[in-house]
Amino acid sequence: MDREDINSEGKESVIYIRDLKKSFGNRTVLNGIDIDIFKGENLAILGKSGSGKSVLIKIISGLLKPDSGMVKVLGIEVDKISPAALQQLRLKIGFSFQNSALYDSMSVKENLAFPLVRNKRNLSTNEVNEAIEGVLNAVGLSQTINQMPSELSGGQRKRIGIARTLILQPEIMLYDEPTSGLDPMTSIEINNLINQVREQYHTSSIIITHDLTCAKNTGDKVTMLLNGKFLTPGKFEDVFNTQEESLRTFYDYNFINSK
Amino acid sequence: MNPELENSEVLPENKSFVSRKINPFFEDIYNVYKFIAHFFREVSSRPFEWKETINQCYEVGYKSLALVSLTGFITGVVFTKQSRPSLSTFGASSWLPSLVSIAIIRALAPLVTALIAAGKVGSNMGAELGSMKVTEQIDAMEVSATNPFKYLVTTRILAITFMMPILILYTGLVGMLGSYLNVHANELTSFTAYFKSAFGTISFLDIFSSIFKATIYGFTIGVAGCYQGYNAQNGTQGVGKAANTAVVLSMFLIFVEELVIVQFVNAIR
Repeated sequence: MDREDINSEGKESVIYIRDLKKSFGNRTVLNGIDIDIFKGENLAILGKSGSGKSVLIKIISGLLKPDSGMVKVLGIEVDKISPAALQQLRLKIGFSFQNSALYDSMSVKENLAFPLVRNKRNLSTNEVNEAIEGVLNAVGLSQTINQMPSELSGGQRKRIGIARTLILQPEIMLYDEPTSGLDPMTSIEINNLINQVREQYHTSSIIITHDLTCAKNTGDKVTMLLNGKFLTPGKFEDVFNTQEESLRTFYDYNFINSK
Repeated sequence: MNPELENSEVLPENKSFVSRKINPFFEDIYNVYKFIAHFFREVSSRPFEWKETINQCYEVGYKSLALVSLTGFITGVVFTKQSRPSLSTFGASSWLPSLVSIAIIRALAPLVTALIAAGKVGSNMGAELGSMKVTEQIDAMEVSATNPFKYLVTTRILAITFMMPILILYTGLVGMLGSYLNVHANELTSFTAYFKSAFGTISFLDIFSSIFKATIYGFTIGVAGCYQGYNAQNGTQGVGKAANTAVVLSMFLIFVEELVIVQFVNAIR
């Protein structure tokens, strides 16, 4: 079988994107993006605010439609399937939002139970409770089970947001700025959690960030989105040692701010 | 032809001015139409969100009871007090129960309740959904394979559409009770005599038209509140705007609908 999302070594891309374009009015944010992410791989995408990083993962999860190009997730073209099929595909994609997007009117337990009870209606109360305990232990916040989102710190909200996506045991995780607005210590904890999630749940991930430490610690491959195009993905050191002027400015600015 | 209009520099500007003012208006109408069509598609497809709909009925119905009780009671008392002098001039104070019951059931209860609901429930829907929209909670629901439109919008619109007739009939009864207390205090009319006279005047068409109006008002409040909230933009400012527009739009549409329905009901009376 000749499939474009399987490489010459027989490895299948869990996310396969070719010539992806997306504009908002006259502003082009993605101008011919290609991505291959293989099973178990983490890709960190660096870029300035407003460069279109979040747009990319919103397209991957089907929240936005591309203008042109191919987006395949787990072998399925996201923008060409029915709403019902997209809903099924989304069960395999976890999306951790920049501001956590916890449901304000629900407690932590209800937040975690919500996707589970709505998608796996045959589960018993005990099974739901066990799943909630499992993901809360995974993110190290079992003590917050009865708290409301407004009672949690920024780092705790991020962790609960990740736990809510893990409860459906996704194959792919999309992290949108997982360390933004967090202090350095909490950022390190979140970076460790992202790596732990990969080990424990065998996920492949895209980590959208402008935090160099996060990109270095969590990405097997790192790339940068610049003027709607990607740099060739590579190891952090390779991408970091570029002499390209605009990239150096980005790195220098990050270093000054992280000191 | 006006030479100015032949100038190609002028035409595009005029067109742009017209587009700026007119196009968004028609665009909004088209979007509301699509929103309502989406609502009916979701309502008629499985799975049905009964549990959340009942929960919303409790939120919009039960939690509005105190407010509509108070306003309904005051409306009944005030209308009775205001009507008495005019009727007394003609020696027709005994017509008070009939007059008040017709006024309350046909017009006051539906209008007062709808306006209260537009303020309380409509603004709440606009603000709640708007806040969920700008904080990406609706997106979060969507990516966790839940249909947010069905869960958040259809349940709320159904709840207010179901609960408005009940609230309006309840307000009518409370208003008539307020009127009775005022009549009893002044004319010593008995409870039985008052309500026999009041209900004797009300026809089936009065009750039916009130329930019909209530359903239309409820649907209007639900659509206006949910549409504004679900399409909120620009952060907290957008949430405030959504809540405000939901109330203003609902109230305006309620008066327009009242006018149309009254014409229609009077024609078949």
